[in-house]
Amino acid sequence: MHVDAGKITVLSAKGAAGGYAKHIYQSRSFLTESAFRRILYLSGISVLLLLSAIFLSLFIASGPAIKQQGLAFLIGRVWDPVAGRFGALPFLVGTLLTSFLALAIAIIFSLAISIFLGEYFRSGIASSFVKSVVELLAGVPSVIYGFWGLFLLVPGVRFVEQQFGVLPYGVGILSAALILSVMIIPYAASLGREVIGLVPSDLKEAAYSLGATRFEVVRKVVLPYARSGILAGVLLSLGRALGETMAVTMVIGNSNALPRSIFAPANTMASIIANEFTEATGKVYLASLVEIALVLFVVTAIINIAGKIIIIRMSVER
Amino acid sequence: MKEKSLHKRILADRLFKGMVVVLSFVSVTPMFLILFFIIRNGISVIDWSFLVSLPKPMGESGGGISNALVGSVILMVIASLISLPLGILAGIYLSEYRKARFAYFSRLSLEILQGIPSIVIGIIAYVWIVVPMGSFSALSGGVALGMMMLPVIVMSTEETLKLIPDPLKEASLALGVPYPRTILKVILPAGLSGIVTGVLLGIARIAGETAPLLFTAFGSPFMGLNIFKPVNSLPLLVFNYATSPYPEWHTLAWGASFVLIVFILSLNIIAKLVTRRWKVQF
Amino acid sequence: MGKAIKLFSILLLLCAAGTAQAAGQQELTGAGATFPYPLYSKMFDVYSKEYGVAVNYQAIGSGGGIRQLINKTVDFGGSDAVMGEEEVKAAGAPVLHIPTCAGSVVITYNLPGNPEIRLTPDLVADIFLGKITKWSDPRILASNAGMRLPDMAITVVHRSDGSGTTNIFSDYLSKVSKEWKEKVGMGTSLNWPCGLGAKGNPGVAGLVRQTPGSAGYVELIYALQNKMAYAAMRNRKGAFVRPTLASTSSAMNVTLPSDMRVSLTDTEAPDGYPLAGLTWILVYKEQGRQGETEAKARELVRLLWWMTHEGQKYAEPIQYAPLSKKAAEKAEVQIKSITYNGRYVMK
Repeated sequence: MHVDAGKITVLSAKGAAGGYAKHIYQSRSFLTESAFRRILYLSGISVLLLLSAIFLSLFIASGPAIKQQGLAFLIGRVWDPVAGRFGALPFLVGTLLTSFLALAIAIIFSLAISIFLGEYFRSGIASSFVKSVVELLAGVPSVIYGFWGLFLLVPGVRFVEQQFGVLPYGVGILSAALILSVMIIPYAASLGREVIGLVPSDLKEAAYSLGATRFEVVRKVVLPYARSGILAGVLLSLGRALGETMAVTMVIGNSNALPRSIFAPANTMASIIANEFTEATGKVYLASLVEIALVLFVVTAIINIAGKIIIIRMSVER
Repeated sequence: MKEKSLHKRILADRLFKGMVVVLSFVSVTPMFLILFFIIRNGISVIDWSFLVSLPKPMGESGGGISNALVGSVILMVIASLISLPLGILAGIYLSEYRKARFAYFSRLSLEILQGIPSIVIGIIAYVWIVVPMGSFSALSGGVALGMMMLPVIVMSTEETLKLIPDPLKEASLALGVPYPRTILKVILPAGLSGIVTGVLLGIARIAGETAPLLFTAFGSPFMGLNIFKPVNSLPLLVFNYATSPYPEWHTLAWGASFVLIVFILSLNIIAKLVTRRWKVQF
Repeated sequence: MGKAIKLFSILLLLCAAGTAQAAGQQELTGAGATFPYPLYSKMFDVYSKEYGVAVNYQAIGSGGGIRQLINKTVDFGGSDAVMGEEEVKAAGAPVLHIPTCAGSVVITYNLPGNPEIRLTPDLVADIFLGKITKWSDPRILASNAGMRLPDMAITVVHRSDGSGTTNIFSDYLSKVSKEWKEKVGMGTSLNWPCGLGAKGNPGVAGLVRQTPGSAGYVELIYALQNKMAYAAMRNRKGAFVRPTLASTSSAMNVTLPSDMRVSLTDTEAPDGYPLAGLTWILVYKEQGRQGETEAKARELVRLLWWMTHEGQKYAEPIQYAPLSKKAAEKAEVQIKSITYNGRYVMK
């Protein structure tokens, strides 16, 4: 039915109660309401479906490895493709060492930035400057961090190792942790800044009126109040550190042996996949790598959910 | 009486502030170090031939990054084509059905999706697309990147639409505008700035991704326009050249890094401008 | 909304147009060994200019080449390691190993002054087993009389990816050192007792170049291109041989089986370099699987013929040993045996 705009306005003004005009309008519309709502609903489901599909695929593809090795996979110390023995412990250790070391370093700086932006310099040039730079840090691609690290950080670490009398690899867990720490600072910092900025001023004013110095207010009022938010930020940073691949692969030294010190070369779960996935010949070999990916998936999912729950609980409390 | 001398407390206070400032500026230095080195080493390589020539065989000097530039663009286009329609619709769903039980699970899935390490996504794209198709392809790389871009689009759409006051929607519905039209032609345009920002940030995020492309897009020394075949991309090029022993290739990698960083920074800046200028205020 | 749909369709059309335009052009995809990559990259560059066919070869390591060939995600694989039993079974169909050239695995190192060191088989084995840890070790000095080597620690550098170069190296070490054979064995991906890992021949060369006191194994051209020092090795006949074009070719002078799956290490030839190895292109004998077109099979055969004939002239300038006459003959027989749906591709 061909109806032009002018007529419609007149008609809908006349039959605004619904009936006639709505009928004309709907037949001109390209989509009925129920169809549209169904499309929306499907889009909403699709995200959930996607996630489940990812999990299932990972699980199925790692089937052969799980069947053959079971739990011994996670505590096995030897990753020997020639002998067909796949123990992922070296990579678990590598991942934990690099991530937690990076976290330890990053927390100090993230906290400083959060306090800087949330407490001392809430606006102004210094604030915009630091804020922008921290945001940019988050935007730099991993491969560029790795490139920069390989050429600038690794020789530095090599120099330090020579002073210490350790084998001057340059690459290794320490270098990887250092680069990781720079990469994860923005995550804890931005969340921390938000929560610190949201501390109610009357709490702080009360403390000031009792004669507390700024430092004491921060230490005894602000930080405890913002505790959960800071924790959530830390968890987010940890989640990011665990899954980081490129920068780590480029500076960690790529050794499949269990690392003995922070100067030793190692591999993380992400970097071993990057190194060996395209060439894993043999069903169990490939399945073992996918199983590592599955573990990564599950661990990062848990950490992200934990962080999210804390954030939600925080906003509910408020 | 516990009298910690006032003097000491003030000193501690000053020291603390000093430490906070110093640490903050120290955290800022890596950024400058990175930018400094990329600019210093990269800018000398950038010239017209660098941008339009193909890479040379191993060990030969000269060559450029043209195929990586084109490949990156192709990947970003494919990723956008996949993630935009689905992402915006899902974002609309989440903002319209805020309270629904199902929306809660949807949001949770998004959080998890966003946190998945990019290399795991690469494996998924390999299993889902590369193996059945029998070949590495730009398509599989684009799909992997699209999966990573999806959460960004959904979340920014949802956030933007949440901010649009309900009266606007109700007024439109009251005038007899059908629901689909209301959403698509009234609400969505009102939130356009936020959605565009989300798109820009999503692209900025995937522009530098390498890990998922290792076993999907695969790389190529030639100019690739066929989406069913492998393509090169800027981050892949940087990775391959940086880990090689040839100083000529290192210089090319610095140049490519420069281009990549400039691109990502521009996207971030444009996104900020879009929010500031274009935002429809209520 | 309408604008968005228009934009969407334009982008979609662009992708389709690009694909359609490029689809007409034949393209072959290969993946695998980094060992011959300098040669292949030169060869394919020339080939694309002469014949207009783009050959996209990604050097991801021999293990990768074998894997992707088995997965049928590439048209051919490149490998310096012969496919093992499990791999042959996984492939499901016969795979031809067509030799393209021979190269040498050299022991390269980073020492001040780039001295020319001589190494014996047991020295190499013990260095890479981690038993000899310093350059000033008397056993090293014993073979290098008159040289002054610094008291630096030896940092071993090996491959982190699945490598045919590793395969050649470990094949040799398994032949000359019982301890190596038992402890580590032979293969493309090993359980290394010590050292740092790097990706690809370029990665190892790069890492050795940057790490003082390190030692690694790479194909000859990588050491040459980067002006790195490499060792002379004592061969089976007791002579210390430097890896050169000539000594590599000598190593190829052995009886060659018709399927060309032969190891050249620890060669009998008196002036042969003991760590030489052939590198192969792996293709399925029957090309008609998975709906490949006959045109593509013909392109592949033409490429292989070119690589083993006209393309051979690019080998020598970069220190790869071209196929000996006998090797080339055997390669020809193999290429001629490639079939498409049962019929021979090459008439």
